[in-house]
Amino acid sequence: MTPLAAFLIVAALVFAIGLAIALTRRNAILVLIGIELMLNAANLNLIAFWRFGPHSSGTGDGLTGMMFAIFSIAVAAAEAAVGLGLVIAYHRHAKTTDLDAMTRMKG
Amino acid sequence: MMAGVASFMASGIAGDASLLTAVWIVRNLWLIPAVPMLAAGLIALLKQPRRKIAAALAISALGFSLLLSIGAFAHVLSAWHSSSATREVINFNWFDLGSTHLQLGWVLDPLAAVMLVMVTFVGLLIFIYSTGYMAHDENFTRFFCFLSLFAGAMLGVLIANSLLLLFMCWEIVGLTSYLLIGFWYHKPSAAAAAKKAFLTTRVGDIFFLLGIVWLFAQTGTLLFYNNGAGAMEPAALATLLGQPAAWGLTAAGAIGLLIFAGAAGKSGQLPLHVWLPDAMEGPTPVSALIHAATMVAAGVYLVARVYPLMSAGASAGGTTISLTVVAWVGALTALFGALVAVAQNDIKRILAYSTVSQLGYMMVGLATGGVAVGMFHLITHAFFKALLFLGAGSVIHGCHEEQDIRHMGRLRLDMPLTFVTYSVGMLALSGFPIFFSGFWSKDAIIGAAHSWPVSKGPFVMLIAGALLTAFYMARQVAYVFFGRWRGPANSHAHESPLVMTLPLSILAVFAIALGILGTPAWPWFTSFIESKPVLLDLHAFAEPGLLPLMSFASLLVFLGLGLGWWFYARKAIERPALAPVHRHVSEHGDEDRDEEGREFGEITDVLEVASPTVWGWLAHRLYFDELYAATVLRWYAALAWLSDWLDRRVWGGIVTVVANGFRGIGWMNRSVDSQWIDGTFDKGCEELVTGGGVLAWLQAGRAPGYLRVLAVGLLVLAGLALVVAAATGQVRL
Repeated sequence: MTPLAAFLIVAALVFAIGLAIALTRRNAILVLIGIELMLNAANLNLIAFWRFGPHSSGTGDGLTGMMFAIFSIAVAAAEAAVGLGLVIAYHRHAKTTDLDAMTRMKG
Repeated sequence: MMAGVASFMASGIAGDASLLTAVWIVRNLWLIPAVPMLAAGLIALLKQPRRKIAAALAISALGFSLLLSIGAFAHVLSAWHSSSATREVINFNWFDLGSTHLQLGWVLDPLAAVMLVMVTFVGLLIFIYSTGYMAHDENFTRFFCFLSLFAGAMLGVLIANSLLLLFMCWEIVGLTSYLLIGFWYHKPSAAAAAKKAFLTTRVGDIFFLLGIVWLFAQTGTLLFYNNGAGAMEPAALATLLGQPAAWGLTAAGAIGLLIFAGAAGKSGQLPLHVWLPDAMEGPTPVSALIHAATMVAAGVYLVARVYPLMSAGASAGGTTISLTVVAWVGALTALFGALVAVAQNDIKRILAYSTVSQLGYMMVGLATGGVAVGMFHLITHAFFKALLFLGAGSVIHGCHEEQDIRHMGRLRLDMPLTFVTYSVGMLALSGFPIFFSGFWSKDAIIGAAHSWPVSKGPFVMLIAGALLTAFYMARQVAYVFFGRWRGPANSHAHESPLVMTLPLSILAVFAIALGILGTPAWPWFTSFIESKPVLLDLHAFAEPGLLPLMSFASLLVFLGLGLGWWFYARKAIERPALAPVHRHVSEHGDEDRDEEGREFGEITDVLEVASPTVWGWLAHRLYFDELYAATVLRWYAALAWLSDWLDRRVWGGIVTVVANGFRGIGWMNRSVDSQWIDGTFDKGCEELVTGGGVLAWLQAGRAPGYLRVLAVGLLVLAGLALVVAAATGQVRL
């Protein structure tokens, strides 16, 4: 069985890649993608810790970790929808998705 | 609103059992002064052109008070006839100071009842007369407002059962007197007279107030009557008699004298009489109402009210020091007023000095004969003096505002009704025997002075005064109504309207009829005031000394009238044509000429020709005003100058020094402020601006920047967590 550390290392790598994208890219959509990566790294951690935790046998509240992950994915989806909506709205208004140019909230 | 006041009153007196037992009129006696005062308040809100409403309000309010007063009078009468108590009081707590209760209240007794009816009745007639006299005045509403306020305050004085309440109303009376004397305030003489009246009476009022305070300190109450606990009742009087004051006076005597000083101020007694003749600057109805019939009588009424205090400690048939003082002051005033009245030429001034003189008679009557004697003259005098003043007003009105009797004449033909009524008043004032009220009331006073045990001095003065009174009244009537018309040739007098002559006629009837209440044979008034049964006793005339005295007094009156006729009416007074060497220059210009266009000189009085020195003294009122100007006023002016100097130099200097000190401190403060505080503050502000720049750069709205900060924070947190975990041994590095 794959050890827990392998999952955590993958998750950390994904998180690091996501963070790097978010910090370095100037395109708002790419930054959103980076954030999405970081969120999924966290989800991977949740699942991994659940799988190797004391409640994986399915008895009692054994589904807690999985449910938490699914909940987190749903929230991420909603957040992505809102984020993209904002970006599109901003693009319509200012004809740009460059984050460095997006310094004003005023219409 | 009335109900509210009533319930307040009721709650105030709830503890007093007399409220429940007293009849309606006693419980609601306060309405008598309250209604005219309320009317005054309403009139004050009216606009200037609302003349009819103002007059109607004032007259109806006083009419209402008259009805209530008659009710009160009837109540006292019935109590008298059924031999029950004729004095009823209602007292209530005004406020408490610790354990001291300050009580107010009102009293209904024969004294108050008689005065209430007199004041409301005479007042009502004068109100009606005023609607005619003041018809052309643009401040008609203001006039009725003041009149109404005056009537309310005067009625308040009459019903007060507390020296404090009396003093309050007394001061309102003084105020309205000031307002009404100065009614034509655009005339400098009227404004000066108003001030003079106010300040002179204030001198007396200070003593009055001192007396009140002393009385309160000694007895702990200012109520006159309070079921045995009042200040005029035996218990308190005994306390006062036991307290010695200075110069052999007891506290009772000293307080009595202080209160008398207040009365002297209001009633124009020597030496505080100077304001009363000047008060004639006011409109004539005011002179009639306030300065002849009612207000000046307030002083006499006050002495009558505190009579138990004045007479406390007198042995049977004897007298007290305070009453002796009252008698001498009164007698001197009576003689002085009569003397000065002889040499006056202003029709109202003659009457004013006559009032001063008659008030002196009343004081002598009070001091030597008791309350009833003085009060009877007060009542009769109120009627005939109001009659005389209103008659004088009618004459002035008819002669186009001319007040100098030398410029009148022959008015008996032009103003017959005024002439007849004025003659009635004149005969009543002179004391013409039998038929006129003045004879009976004045004779009672002269009789009382005659039997006064202390001295015959007042009696002699009163007798001389009586002779002079008849003389100066004869002189005045001769000047005004007989002889030839001496006014401007192109004008002549006219009779006054009915609204003025009707009150004159009514007053004339009373000036005659009231005498019947006070004859020696049927002393109704005396019995009523003293609540004794009245008997018709014709033998009273047979008392030793009475008839001779009466005949002597009558003889003097005839003598005075005869002399007056001899000097002034035997042959018509002519105005001398102005000779070139004559020093008098006519003040009236072109209209002051006779038919041939010659200028007139001023008439020189017969007596002035006879003795210019004496005449000069009398015409200048024995130089009282000049004396005061040279003494009291000069001292006062010096004091004022000294105060002014002290104020400017000494106190002002101190203030300047202090001010300069503070200015120095202020200058120092300012420099410290600008050099140090401001510098520090500016530095701080600069730092804030710089720091703010950094923060603003952080918050510039660049999302990547935020993300970077976020990442750095994350790393720091992660590092921190690692360090903590390593330190607690959860992770091995």
